[in-house]
Amino acid sequence: MANPDLAKLDAIAREGRVQIIRMLTHAGSGHPGGSLSVIDILVDLYFNRMRYDPRRPTWEDRDRFVLSKGHCVPAQYFCMAKAGFFPESLLLTLRKLGSPLQGHPDRVALPGIEAATGSLGQGLSVATGMALGLKLAGKTARVYCVLGDGEMQEGQVWESLMSGPKLGAPAHHLDNLCVTLDYNGIQLDDFVKKILDLEPVVEKLKAYGWPVLDINGHDIAQVDKALDQAEATRGAPTFIVAHTVKGKGVSFMENQPEWHGKAPKPGEAVQAIKEIAGQPLPAWVEPIVAELQAMEKK
Amino acid sequence: MPAKASRAAFGETLIELGATNDRIVTVDADLSKSTMTAKFAHTYPDRAFNVGIAESGMIGLAAGLALAGRIPFACSFACFVVGRFETIRVSVAYTNAPVKLVGTHVGVAIGEDGYTQMGLEDIACIRSLPNIPIVQPADEIETKQAVAFAVEHDGPLYLRLTRQNLEPVHDGAYRFAFGKADVLRPGHDVTVLATGGTVWNSLEAAKKLAENGINAEVINVATIKPLDEDALLLSAGKTGRVVTVEDHSLNGGLGGAVAELLAEVMPTPVKRLGVTGFGESGDPAGLYRKHGLDPDGIARSVTKFLNR
Repeated sequence: MANPDLAKLDAIAREGRVQIIRMLTHAGSGHPGGSLSVIDILVDLYFNRMRYDPRRPTWEDRDRFVLSKGHCVPAQYFCMAKAGFFPESLLLTLRKLGSPLQGHPDRVALPGIEAATGSLGQGLSVATGMALGLKLAGKTARVYCVLGDGEMQEGQVWESLMSGPKLGAPAHHLDNLCVTLDYNGIQLDDFVKKILDLEPVVEKLKAYGWPVLDINGHDIAQVDKALDQAEATRGAPTFIVAHTVKGKGVSFMENQPEWHGKAPKPGEAVQAIKEIAGQPLPAWVEPIVAELQAMEKK
Repeated sequence: MPAKASRAAFGETLIELGATNDRIVTVDADLSKSTMTAKFAHTYPDRAFNVGIAESGMIGLAAGLALAGRIPFACSFACFVVGRFETIRVSVAYTNAPVKLVGTHVGVAIGEDGYTQMGLEDIACIRSLPNIPIVQPADEIETKQAVAFAVEHDGPLYLRLTRQNLEPVHDGAYRFAFGKADVLRPGHDVTVLATGGTVWNSLEAAKKLAENGINAEVINVATIKPLDEDALLLSAGKTGRVVTVEDHSLNGGLGGAVAELLAEVMPTPVKRLGVTGFGESGDPAGLYRKHGLDPDGIARSVTKFLNR
């Protein structure tokens, strides 16, 4: 949107990073690396882009968001709590017995989640179906899907990439669909380049018929501008390749494959949160640090 | 009423229902001429989507369409539908997306194309998932009503359809009731539970058995999941012997479901008839004889079972 309040969005993203670390530390497991790489994109979507009403999560005209890389859902849970879908206190129930905040998103358990994901490769197909369904219903709502780079190795992703620009033509082109790749370069086992390189990914996507935008996924101004461009594009869905850093914001996690799927210990969490929040420590962070320090002593 | 394939009755019914319900859409993966949705696509071109030979994408797309308020029928051969089990498991079942999955060309009855095209494990796969009922109609009239039910049903559903023509087993007064077993022939010596293409064969078998003084109760189990437990227990309690007949693997199908129910609730001797091992190419009648699913084979198995 025109003239986004970047300072406000950056502050929300910083808060999100703190809460991601806090949630995962309490849970004792989860995926910090990808949650930290995707958070800036999600913050712009939830707080500067999508139309939704947290009191009416099934509102027909809402924009839809599908986190196809479902393991990074802590980033989404933070945004949903901040937006008012559920109380922030629920964040600390992540991955606990009986919590609607499942380790990977559960549509039935948590209103506001649009599709169960986490079995990689499926979210884009589902998002494409939503975009088509909305077009058929004459709705102007948009659908946003975020993919992981390791996930791009799944065959089902390419099935949907092949059909996305063609489906619905000529009356219902899916220009209401915007896909963003969280290109942090690391998957569970190792660097994506070492496991199965995606390159040249922009050229591949263009060859499949997608308009492609190539951006820095941590620069919210760039994210927002790309989403603007996607919204202005007619006749085709848009694909945004967002270059990101796995573990962004925490020095010892950045670009380290080992932090794909490992929760920080309380001491590590305190260090991480201090780095994210900066010195002097803002007042709102102090109780979180104290809480984690207490966990460390136990 | 002449014999008709349930896939054909499905295709015709969908066109009829589509005239008054524009939420109905079809999603195919290059088999619409075989799943019989091609005419729907011709009649309503803006509501039919062919994604190419990409069944995972087809099922995922259907899930999204369903979540956005459409009523999608995602159609392919049964083996290719459940071949994308992981997508069904997460995007349909766990997401609880009201997709109507349609698997045609079930069983060895497809004949010459051989094993790779035969849906033989689909009931077993879908049975293992919460949220997705399984309906397999036995003739044209039941198919038409089952399709109408699928449109109205607020949730996912798996519809299992045959390539081969099915002789009618119901008259015009029949009313399909989801979740209800359908007693086609009352009897007291043995309960024969059949589904889909083997229902008519089981009725023919019952006639042969009657000639030898065996009075078989034949029940059409159109809703395989959830089973009509009350009706099945009532019949099994009366006859004390249960035979299941299906064109599906012996493992995990109707026979498995019935055996699980009876073993837990009312232990009763059960004989399961179905397909063992892989299917193979051949003429459908020959394959039914080989697997003992023809009327003579069924009658022979029932007799042997009662005499053991």
